[in-house]
Amino acid sequence: MTAVLETDHLSLQFGGVNALSDVSMQIGEGSLYAIIGPNGAGKTSFFNCLTGYYRPTSGAVRFQGSEVTGLDAAKVAGLGVRRTFQNIRVFPKMSVLENVLAGGHLRATSNLLSIVVASPGFRRTERQLHEEAMSSLEFVGLADQWNNLAGDLPYGMRKRMELARVLIADPVVVLLDEPAAGVSSVEREELSRVIQRIHDRGTCVVMIEHDVDLVMEIATQVTVLDNGRIIASGLPQDVRTNPDVIRAYMGRDRK
Amino acid sequence: MPTENLLHPRRTTLDGFRVMRSGLVVALVVAAALVPQMTHNQYYLGVAFQAEMLMCLALGLNIVVGYAGMLDLGFAAFFAIGAYTTGILSTKDHWSILASIAPGVVIAVVSALIIGFPTLRLRSDYLAVVTLGFGEIIQTIAINLNQTGGPTGIYAIPALTFGSVVVESNTGYYYVFFVLVLVFAIFSTRLRGSRLGRAWLCIREDEDAAKAMGINTNHYKLYAYVFGAVLGSITGSLYAPALTAISPASFGFSESLLIVMAVAIGGLGSIWGVMFGAAVVEIFPEVFRSFAQARLLVFGVALVILMVLRPRGLFPERAFQVVGARIRRRFDRPQGSATLQLAGDVLVGPGDKT
Repeated sequence: MTAVLETDHLSLQFGGVNALSDVSMQIGEGSLYAIIGPNGAGKTSFFNCLTGYYRPTSGAVRFQGSEVTGLDAAKVAGLGVRRTFQNIRVFPKMSVLENVLAGGHLRATSNLLSIVVASPGFRRTERQLHEEAMSSLEFVGLADQWNNLAGDLPYGMRKRMELARVLIADPVVVLLDEPAAGVSSVEREELSRVIQRIHDRGTCVVMIEHDVDLVMEIATQVTVLDNGRIIASGLPQDVRTNPDVIRAYMGRDRK
Repeated sequence: MPTENLLHPRRTTLDGFRVMRSGLVVALVVAAALVPQMTHNQYYLGVAFQAEMLMCLALGLNIVVGYAGMLDLGFAAFFAIGAYTTGILSTKDHWSILASIAPGVVIAVVSALIIGFPTLRLRSDYLAVVTLGFGEIIQTIAINLNQTGGPTGIYAIPALTFGSVVVESNTGYYYVFFVLVLVFAIFSTRLRGSRLGRAWLCIREDEDAAKAMGINTNHYKLYAYVFGAVLGSITGSLYAPALTAISPASFGFSESLLIVMAVAIGGLGSIWGVMFGAAVVEIFPEVFRSFAQARLLVFGVALVILMVLRPRGLFPERAFQVVGARIRRRFDRPQGSATLQLAGDVLVGPGDKT
C-alpha cells in the first residue's frame, strides 16, 4: 500500500508548548484513517499542519511522494487535499448551492473576458458546475436545500453541506475534523453512511473523531495521539485494547 | 405542519417572481432614461447626473467593500487619478477625452497594485487605515504638484466628443453616465455570478475557509481592489469633462466617505441597493436644502435612523439565484418529492444559533 499522505518526524511548537512532537504517519491509499485522542492531544494542529494552515517547526509533510511542508493552504487544497473544520465554517450569507460551487472554485476556469461577455463557454462551464454541485448535494441528501442561505441551515445540515463542498472538488484525500461532533444520533447514522460512501468511491478519508464507536465501526486504521505524540497505531480492534490508550483516556493507575 | 415552512422558507412560485422582477427592472431603466424629457430644469439635471456619477463610484467600491469585504476609506483616490489624468492630457496635450480614459486606467491599476500588494494581507481595520492614508496622499500630491494645477486644480477641460458629436449639456452627460451606470451594473452582476464573485464573497465571509476551497485569497483581494480602481478611474475620466474644472477639494476624505455611505446605506454587495444608496446620498442633502444651515444635521439624523431600522442597508443582498432552469424545475417543485429529508434535522437540530 503506497502512502498518499505521509508525515515524517513532524513537530510543532507554540512558544514552549509542544503541540506535536515527532509524529510520523503514513496514510495509505484508499484507507479510512481515524485519528483519535483526548482533548488537547494535537489532532487539529496535526490537520492544520497537513493542510498548510500551520507551518510545522520541523519535519516534513509529503503528499503523493512530493513535499508540501509549508505550502500555502490554498495550494494544498489545490493539490486535492480537502478538509472540513471542527467548528463548521460555512459561508453564511451565500446560498447552499453557492457554498458548494465555491468548493469547485478551481474547476471553474473561465477567463475574465468570457465572464464579462457571458460567452457560451462560460455558460457551459457554469452549467456543468451547477449540475455537479447539485449532484454533490444529492450525495449528502441536501439537494432540496440548494436555494436556502447556508447560515439558515440547522447544525447537522451544515455539516453535510461542508461535505458536499469538499466532494465537488473531487479530492484525493478528505480530512474531516470531528464530523460527528454535536450531531443527533439519527444524523450520526447518516454521516457515517456518507463517509463510507466517500471512502467506497476510492477517496482516501482521514478523520479526527471522538466518537469511538463510530471509529471502530468504519475506520480501517487508527492512530492515537496524546500530548502531541503517537501512543498507538494500528487496526481499530488492536488499538482499542492497547493499555497506553486506555491509560490516556481513563487516567493512570495509582500504583 | 409548520416544519414545511421551516425547511423551505422562501420556496415561492419562482418563475412568476422572476417575470415580475424583470418587468420592474425594465420599467426602472426606461423611467431613468426619460428623466431629461420630464424636466429641463438644469439644477435637477445637474443633481441627477451627479447621482449617476456617485452610482458609478459606488458600484466600483461595492466590488471592494461589498463583495470582498475590505473596507476602503480612500476610494476617491482612484476617482482623482482618472479625473486628473484626463484633465492633464486633454488640456495640456490635447488628447481626446475618450482616449485619455486608457492611461487613467493604467495609472489607477499600477497604483492599486503598488498599494494593494503589500497591504491587502492586512485584515479589515488596518486596511482601512492604510487606504485612508492613500486617499490623503493622492489629494496632497494633487495640491502640491505643478502639473495638477495646485490647489486651484485644472480648468477649461474640453468637452467629451464621440467623433463629431460633442457632449455639452447636463442632459448629454446625464445620458453618458446613464450608459456607464448600466455597463458597470451589468459588469458587477456578471462578476458576481462567476468564480470571481464567489471567491470574493467567500473571502468576505470567512477568509480561512476560503483558502480551504483552493482560493488564493491574496490574489483575489488584489483583483477586487484593482477592479474597483478601474471603475473609479473611468468614472473620474468622464467626470472631468462633465464639470469642465476639477480641484483637489473634490477628491478628499469626505468624498471617499460619501461613496462608502452610498454602499452601506444601499446594502453591501447588492447592486440595486448600492445604486439606490448613491441616489439617496446625492439627492437627500439637496432635498433638505430648505433647512439651510441645518441640512447636513438633518441628513445625519436621517442616516442614523436608517441604520438603526435597516442595519444591512435599504436593499440588502440576497442569496444569488441565477441557476439553470433545468435545476430549478428539478428541485423547486413543491415540498415532498425531492430527496428524502431526515426527520432529525427538524426535530432535533440542536445548534440553530451556532
